[in-house]
Amino acid sequence: MPQKQTGRRLSNIELEERAYNIRRHAIRMAAVQGQGYIGQALGVADVLAVSYFHALRYRPADPHWEGRDRFLLSIGHYAIALYAALIEAGVLPEEELETYGSDGSRLPMSGMAAYTPGMEITGGSLGHGLGIGVGMALGLKRKRSDACVYNLLSDGELGEGATWEAALSAAHHRLDNLIAIVDFNNQQADGPSTEMLSSEPVTDKWAAFGWLAQRVDGNDMAALVAAFDAARRHSADQPRVIICDTRMCKGVPFLETREVTHFVRVAPEEWDKALEALDAGRPQ
Amino acid sequence: MNAPPKTRLTTSAMIASIAEDDQETTSAPFGHALVAQAKARPEIVGLSADLSKYTDLHIFAQAMPDRFYQMGMAEQVLMGASAGLAREGFQPWATTYAVFASRRAYDFIALGIAEESLNVKIVCALPGLTTGYGPSHQATDDLAMFRAMPNLTIVDPCDAVDIEQAVPVLAGHPGPVYMRLLRGQVPRVLHRYDYRFQLGKAALLRDGPDVLFISTGLMTMRVLAAAERMEAEGIARAGVLHVPTIKPLDTTTIQAAMGTPGRLVVTAENHSIVGGLGEAVAAAALRAGVVPAGFRMIGLPDAFLDAGALPTLHDRYGLSVTTVVEQVKGWM
Repeated sequence: MPQKQTGRRLSNIELEERAYNIRRHAIRMAAVQGQGYIGQALGVADVLAVSYFHALRYRPADPHWEGRDRFLLSIGHYAIALYAALIEAGVLPEEELETYGSDGSRLPMSGMAAYTPGMEITGGSLGHGLGIGVGMALGLKRKRSDACVYNLLSDGELGEGATWEAALSAAHHRLDNLIAIVDFNNQQADGPSTEMLSSEPVTDKWAAFGWLAQRVDGNDMAALVAAFDAARRHSADQPRVIICDTRMCKGVPFLETREVTHFVRVAPEEWDKALEALDAGRPQ
Repeated sequence: MNAPPKTRLTTSAMIASIAEDDQETTSAPFGHALVAQAKARPEIVGLSADLSKYTDLHIFAQAMPDRFYQMGMAEQVLMGASAGLAREGFQPWATTYAVFASRRAYDFIALGIAEESLNVKIVCALPGLTTGYGPSHQATDDLAMFRAMPNLTIVDPCDAVDIEQAVPVLAGHPGPVYMRLLRGQVPRVLHRYDYRFQLGKAALLRDGPDVLFISTGLMTMRVLAAAERMEAEGIARAGVLHVPTIKPLDTTTIQAAMGTPGRLVVTAENHSIVGGLGEAVAAAALRAGVVPAGFRMIGLPDAFLDAGALPTLHDRYGLSVTTVVEQVKGWM
C-alpha cells in the first residue's frame, strides 16, 4: 500500500536545520539534569527530523488526532530525543524543556505514554514497541485507516526475542502500514552492540523475515529522505524497515571523538561548549 | 475368586474435562458467551497464541473469522498486539495457557497493558492444577504473580454458569482483566444456588455455624460437595463463601463473614498456598482485627507438582472432595 505524502516537501537544507534544532533542544534538556542520553539523541536527530518534518502526518495541537501516523518509541531512554523532536514539531512548548527529568515534569527520563503528549507508548522495557506496533497496524486496517505506524527501535533491542516475534507477526499479517526504524549506533550499555549480541547481517535478517529492508547512513539527510520515500512508496504488502547507521554524539565534534559510551559523561562546564560546537556546525 | 481388574488411571489428556462422570456440563461456555457479546459489541476481537481450540476461542473464530487473529506460538506479541489493538479502540480477548501468560508474557502484560489500564481481557486455560502434564503446564503461581500487578482485575470462575455470567460483565468493564478459564465440558453447579456473578463481589452460597469455606475457582464446587457430605455425615455444618473476583477482593463481605464467632475458616483455592486467595483473606482479616476461631488454607503446596492423572493428583494435593473432607475433619 503506497502511502500518501501530504503538505509541502521540505528541502534537505530545511530538514538539516530542523535536525540542528532538535540537537539543540536535547543538549539544553541534558544540561538541566547535568546528564542524559545525549549521545543517542545527537545521533538520531537526523532520523527524527526526517520522521517529523518529511514523513509523518500529525496535527501539533491535537496529538490524538485519529488520522495521525503513530510514532512509537520503544527505546524509552531515547525520550530526550523524542521530546526534542516534539518541541521542534510544536507538540510540546519549548519552555517545558527546562523541566526535563524534574519532579512533576511531563518529560520524565524514560518515555511513558501517560506523561507526555505525543508519546504513544510506554517504552523502556526493550522489545515492546514492535509488538504493540503490530496490534496498532492491525487495528488501523480494521478501521480502514490509511495512517501508518512507525516504530523507532535500537540495535541493542534486536537482542530481544520479542522483537523477532513481532517481526514474524508483522510479515505474516502483511502489515504494509508498519515501518520500523532501527537506530544502529553500535553502542549499548556494556559496549558495541555487535560485540554484545551481534545482529549482523542485519539487513538480510529482516529481509528473510519478510520485510522490505533498507540500510542507510542515518546521518545523511538525502539518504534518509530517499529511504523513507522508498519505504512509503513500496507497493508490496509487507512491512518495511529502515536500518540507520548513526554516529553517537553527531554534531558535537569533541563528544564524537571522546570515548563514546551508552551514557555519555559531560562535565558541567561542557554543556555550553557543546552548544557552541553545535552552533559552529549549524547548516548554512 | 478373581479380584476385579483395577482401573488404571492415565495422565489426563490436555483437553480433559474436570467434570465428574455424573456431573451436568456445558460445552465451551466461554466461546459461546463471547460470541453472544461480540454480536452486541463490534469492538470485540479475539486473539490466540496457537491455543484457540484449547481455550474455546475456536467457537468465536468459527463464528466471526474476520474478527479473530491467530498470533501463532508467540505469547509476547500476543500481548503486545492486544495492547496495540486496545490503543486503537478495540476490545481484545487474548487467550493462551495460564503458565504462558503469567510466566512468559508477564512484562508485556505489565507494561504494555496494565500500566496503561488498557481494555484487554486475558483469558487463560489450565489454571492451577488442571492438567497432569507437570510443571510446564500447571499454573500453580499465576494468581500470586498477577495479584502483584497494579490495575489488573482477576477473576477465577467456578463453573460454566460463572463463566457465562462473567463474560458480559467483563466486556462491560473498562480495563484489563485476567480470567482463569475452565474449558471443554465444563461442570454446571451454581445454577442450583441463588447466585449471580457480580464483579468484585463475594457470594454466600450456603451458610453453616461450624465451618466457613472461603473459596474460589473450581474449588468452590469441591467445597460445596464437601459441605454437603460433611453435613450428611454429621461432621460439621459448613457455609461456603464463593470469591470469584480475586482482585479487587471483596474484603467487606469476607471480613463480615469471618467475624461470625465460633467458626473454623478454611480457604480453598486451585493455586499454591503462596500468594493466592488464602493469604489475601488472612491479610484482609488481620487488617480489620478479625480473628476467627480457627484459620486453615487448602491449596497446592509450595512445590513443583507431579505429573499424572488429574484425579490422582487432586487426591495427592488435597483438592478432591474426599481430601477436603478429611482435612477439615482433622482440623475440627
